[in-house]
Amino acid sequence: MDVKTGFFYLFSVVLLFAAFRVITARNPVHAVLYLMLAFSQAAAVWLLLKAEFLAIALVLVYLGAVMVLFLFVVMMLDLNIDSLRQGFWKHFPLAALIGVVIALEMAYVLMGGFRLQGAAPVEMAQAAAAQGSNTKALGLLLYSEYVYPVQIAAVILVVAMIAAIALTLRQRKDTKFVNVKDQVHVKAADRMSVVKLAATLPPPPPAAPVADAEAEKKP
Amino acid sequence: MTLTLGHYLSLGAMLFALSVIGIFLNRKNLIVLLMCIELMLLAVNMNFVAFSHYLGDMHGQIFVFFILTVAAAESAIGLALLVLLFRNKSNINVDELNALKG
Repeated sequence: MDVKTGFFYLFSVVLLFAAFRVITARNPVHAVLYLMLAFSQAAAVWLLLKAEFLAIALVLVYLGAVMVLFLFVVMMLDLNIDSLRQGFWKHFPLAALIGVVIALEMAYVLMGGFRLQGAAPVEMAQAAAAQGSNTKALGLLLYSEYVYPVQIAAVILVVAMIAAIALTLRQRKDTKFVNVKDQVHVKAADRMSVVKLAATLPPPPPAAPVADAEAEKKP
Repeated sequence: MTLTLGHYLSLGAMLFALSVIGIFLNRKNLIVLLMCIELMLLAVNMNFVAFSHYLGDMHGQIFVFFILTVAAAESAIGLALLVLLFRNKSNINVDELNALKG
């Protein structure tokens, strides 16, 4: 049993333990932290498989971005854990049966069915060494043969970003804000009206004597 | 005893089975359901990388790259929906998502 095998078993055991704790942890924050542990162990296993770029991308993108997003959301929500845990063990026998069946069947088929020639990984290692790094090989393939899928992936990411923003954007009703468009398009006539006033006014007509007015009323 | 393809595929299978069990156990907690889906995608990616290494074919790793992209988009939208749900219903219990009466 060489060093690589030992590391494989170490990472696998930690990975499976972390996955087990993800599904059984009582506190969702602990579940997210165990999920981060599981992803980091998976990245280590991928390093054993000489997929360096994907392992680094998993650590950077998943542990760095997606899991932190999960953590933020879990901490933001005020969850009532007890109501969510009701009936947790009710379906455990069925779940354990199905899980064991899946694992055993797949392990039986995979351990027995895929006896590849031992030459292939060695050939690939030599080819990779001749070609350069794993990242270079991946990039050459991505930007030549897979240009359109890369662009579609970019579109998917943009759509996801816009959708996430549009779903959670909440407009406040109680804020007083200025309408920039109206402000920019305002005309001088809307703001100020010029009233024509003559420079000099003629004097008002002299008021009639009060006595005359009373004399006119009487008859 | 050297590592064979079967070791990695068995690891992926066990991880997948664990996440299926997790979906059964955490039927009410939507956020743990999302985490189980992430674990399932990780198991699938493990198989892709293992095959890519043992068959000497880089295309498997390209596929993992795209799966990572889609998984990131999925989790972003899923979490946005979760926040929206929590804002409207004040909890994330799956049993109470019966507004459509399906």
